[in-house]
Amino acid sequence: MTALYLALAVIVVVVLAAVVMVVWRRRRAATGPAEAPTPGPIGRPPSTVADTPTRAPTPAATARPGAPTARSFRDGLDKTRGLFSPLRALRSRGTVEAATWEQLEEALLRADVGVATTDALLADLRRKVKSKEVAGGGDLLDALRADLVDLLAIEQRWDGATDGELAGSAPEAPGSDDETVEPVGRDLRFDTEPGMVNVWLFVGVNGVGKTTTIGKLARQQSAAGRSVLLAAGDTFRAAAGEQLARWAERSGTELVRGADGGDPSAVVFDAVQRAAARGNDLVLADTAGRLHTKVNLVEELKKIRRVAERPPGRVTEVLLVIDATTGQNGLVQAREFTEAVEVTGLVLTKLDGTAKGGVVVAVQRQLGLPVKLVGLGEGPDDLVPFDPEQFVDALLA
Amino acid sequence: MFDALSDRLERIAGRLRSRGRLTEADLDQALAEIRTALLEADVELGVVRGFTDAVRARCSGTALSKSLTPGQQVIKVVHEELVRILGGETLKLTYASRPPTVVLLAGLQGSGKTTTAAKLAQWWRQQGRHPLLVGADLQRPAAVDQLRVLGAQAGVTVFSEPTDPVALAQAGVEEARRLGRDVCIIDTAGRLAIDAELMEEVRRISEVTQPHYTLLVIDAMTGQDAVATANAFHQTLELDGVILTKLDGDARGGAALSVKEVVGRPIVFASTGERLADFDLFHPDRMADRILGMGDVLSLIEQAERTMDHEAVAKSAAAMMEGRFTLEDFLGQLQQVRKLGSLGGIMKLMPGMSKEMRQAADQIDDGEVSRVEAIVRSMTPAERENPTLIDGSRRVRIARGSGSSTQDVNQLLKQFREMQKMMKGVMAGGGIPGMAAGPGKLGGLRSARKQMAALEAMGGTDGVDPALAELFGGAGGGPQPLGVGAGPPRPVTAGGSKGSRPGKKKKKGGRVTPPKGR
Repeated sequence: MTALYLALAVIVVVVLAAVVMVVWRRRRAATGPAEAPTPGPIGRPPSTVADTPTRAPTPAATARPGAPTARSFRDGLDKTRGLFSPLRALRSRGTVEAATWEQLEEALLRADVGVATTDALLADLRRKVKSKEVAGGGDLLDALRADLVDLLAIEQRWDGATDGELAGSAPEAPGSDDETVEPVGRDLRFDTEPGMVNVWLFVGVNGVGKTTTIGKLARQQSAAGRSVLLAAGDTFRAAAGEQLARWAERSGTELVRGADGGDPSAVVFDAVQRAAARGNDLVLADTAGRLHTKVNLVEELKKIRRVAERPPGRVTEVLLVIDATTGQNGLVQAREFTEAVEVTGLVLTKLDGTAKGGVVVAVQRQLGLPVKLVGLGEGPDDLVPFDPEQFVDALLA
Repeated sequence: MFDALSDRLERIAGRLRSRGRLTEADLDQALAEIRTALLEADVELGVVRGFTDAVRARCSGTALSKSLTPGQQVIKVVHEELVRILGGETLKLTYASRPPTVVLLAGLQGSGKTTTAAKLAQWWRQQGRHPLLVGADLQRPAAVDQLRVLGAQAGVTVFSEPTDPVALAQAGVEEARRLGRDVCIIDTAGRLAIDAELMEEVRRISEVTQPHYTLLVIDAMTGQDAVATANAFHQTLELDGVILTKLDGDARGGAALSVKEVVGRPIVFASTGERLADFDLFHPDRMADRILGMGDVLSLIEQAERTMDHEAVAKSAAAMMEGRFTLEDFLGQLQQVRKLGSLGGIMKLMPGMSKEMRQAADQIDDGEVSRVEAIVRSMTPAERENPTLIDGSRRVRIARGSGSSTQDVNQLLKQFREMQKMMKGVMAGGGIPGMAAGPGKLGGLRSARKQMAALEAMGGTDGVDPALAELFGGAGGGPQPLGVGAGPPRPVTAGGSKGSRPGKKKKKGGRVTPPKGR
C-alpha cells in the first residue's frame, strides 16, 4: 500500500476512534460549566471565493512627516553591547583545544543557529585546523566569522528594467534609470515598468511584527520618492485595521481597508486597482498572522498572492517576517511559507533584544533565503537593511 | 526534519539490546541523541546539560527492564524527567479576601498578551467570576482597541484611559473595586527584558497594583532566548506562573522546559489558537510528548473534536466497528480529516511511528489527497457502496469526471481494498503495520471499547481516561492523559499524579499561596 493510503487509513482509524471516545466520555460527564455565549465572530470566517465589492479607503493623512533619520545596525544593537562575551577570551588562546570547540559550539547554539548548521560550520573549521589553514584561537574565531559572513552575504541586485531579471554581479541600484529614486533597503525588488504596480506582500506567523514593519517601511519608501499605498489585508485580528491606520497616518500614506472579517484578497485587489488609478507605484500589503500548520489559512494566503499578481499588480517581494526570538521553528516557517507563496526574503524583527536571530543562518544555508531588512525597535525609524558583517559581529559577541 | 527522540534512540538500540545493563558508553550515546533532540526542540543549552546529567544519574547502572528495550527504557526515564520538571509544584489559584484578585500579564512584544488577557477573562467568566479587563498597553497602536473588541467577544468590560501605564493600571484596579469585580486582569505593553526603562515601568505597575498573580506570557516557538527573558522578568516582577501561547503551531516548545526549570514557577495555562475558546490548563505530560517529538495526539484529538462533525464521526465509527468501511465512509472521513491540517503534519503527530512511516509522512503530497477525493466524488453513491460495480466504461467515466486516468482509478480501487483489509485487521485487534507495537496500542480497539463500557458502569472516571491512555500507549506504558478541558471551578492541578509508578514517590500538587501582605 502506498504511503498515502496507509497514512489515510491510520489517521482515519486513530482519529475516529479517539474522537468517538472523547465524545462518549463528555456525554457521560456531570454537568460541566455553562457554555460561554458566543458574541461576535470568534472563529475564522471561511474565505470566500467571490471578491467582495470595493470599500472606501480611509481619508489621506495630512502633512507628510519628516524624512526618517538614518539608523545603523550598530545603533540598534546598543542595548546588548557591553554584555560579557566568553568568546573574547578565545582570542588570546594560542592553541585550539577541546574547550575551544565547546565554546564555539555553545555560542552558535545559544544564538539559535541550530544543531545541523552548527555542526556543519564546526566541521568546516575542523577541516581548516587540520589542514593548518587556521592556527590559534583568534584565527579560529576569525575563520568562523568569515564563514558566517560568506554564508549570509549574497549579491543580489535587481535591474530597474522591466523584466525584473536578476542582474549579474555588477551591482546596479534598483530603479537606477530614474534619477530621483535613491536605492532603499537591501535589494528590495522594485520594477519601474509604466502602468504596473509593485506589490510587496508581508507574511508570517502571529505576533512577529508585520504591521509595524510595514509602517516603518512605508515611511522610508515614501521619503525615497516612491508613491506608497497600504493594504489592510489583515481582516481577521481585532483592530488590525486600526493599527495599520495609525501607521498610515504616521507615514503619510493612504490606506485601503475592507470590512472586518471580510475577504483579504478583495482588499489587496482593491488596493492594486486604486494604486493603478491614483498613480501609486508601490502597495505594501499586510496579511493576518497565520501558523503554517493551518491548511485553510495557507490556502487563503495563496489566494491573496494570486490575486495580488493580477495585472496591473505584480508581486515583486514576498517578505516573510520572522521574530528574532524564534527558535528552530523559524526554519520550518521559512520552508512552509516559501512552499506556499514563494517567499523572496526575510525581515528579521526585534533584533534589539537579547535574542540573536541565528535561525536566519540556517534559513539561508538550507533554503537560500536572504534577510533583506532588520527591525530594531518599535519606532518608525527602527528598520535597517541587513548587514551580514554587523549581524555576525553581534551574533558572536 | 527534526527526528523524534524515539527514532534517534532506535539507531543505537541495536547495540543496547543484547546487554543486561546499560553501560556508560551506551548511556553516553543515548544522551548525545537526547541532547540533540532537546536542542532541536529549542530547550536552552544550560537546561539541556542539567537535564542530561539528571537522566544519566537515574539511568547509570540500572538493570534493563524485561518488557522494554534499552532505548525505550531511556526514553521512559527522559519522559518522566520531563514531566516531573514541567509539572511538579502547581499553582493553586486562590482568590483575594478583599476583591479584586489582580492578575498582571507581562512579556515580550508579540507573545500574545492581549489575546491571552481576553481568554483569561472568558475563562474566569466561565468559572462564574466577574472579571474586569484593564488595557494598559498604550505603546502599541490600537492595542486598547484590540482588547475592547476581544473583551466584547468575551462579554467582559474593558477599562482604559489615555494617561500613562502606571496611573492607568492603578486606576484600573480602583475601577474594578468600584464596580465590585472579583478579578482584575491587566494587559501591559510588550517590552524587551533588557529595556531598563520599560522594565522599570512594569515594576512600578506591579508596585502600585500589588498583583496577586503575575504571569509571564511566552510564545511556544521562542528559542534559546527564553531563559534570559524569563529570568529578567522574574528578577523584576517575581513571577507566579507562566502562560505558553501559540501551541497550535508545530514548534516543539522546548522553551517551556527552559523557563520552568530556570524560573521554577509553574506553567499554568496553554493557549492553543486564535479564538478565545482556544485556552486550557497546561498539561505537562502532553508537553513532554511534544518536546520529545512524540506527537501531541491528545491536542490533535481535541482539535478533531472541535472541527469534525460528531454525528458523522459516530456513525462511521459504528460502521467501522462492525467491519464495514465503504468508499462513501472513506470520502466522508477524508473530508473531516482534511480539516485538521496537512496529512503529513498529522502523521508526524501520531505516536509510535516507525522511521519508515515518518519518512513516508514527509513525502505525502496533499495535492494527491485532493486527487483521491476527486476520484471518489466522481463515483455514484451506488459505486461507492459497491465498487465491484465499476466496470470498464464506468472507470472511463470516473476518470474523465475527475481529470485523472483510468490507471489512477484502478490504483485507487486497489489501494482502497488494501485499506479495507487493514482496517478489518485493526478492528479485530491486530496492530497497524508501521506503528510500534506497544502496550495496548490501536490493536485492542474492541477491548478499549469494553473498558469504556465497564467504566461507564462503574460511574465514570474523573479526569483520567484509561481507555485513551490504553489506546495511545506511548513509550513503555507512558503518560496518563489529563481530563481534557476545564471542569467546574476547581484548582489548577498538574498532570500525572494518578497511576504513580511503583517505588516512586510522586509529589502531589502543592499549594503556592499568594505572597504575604496582600
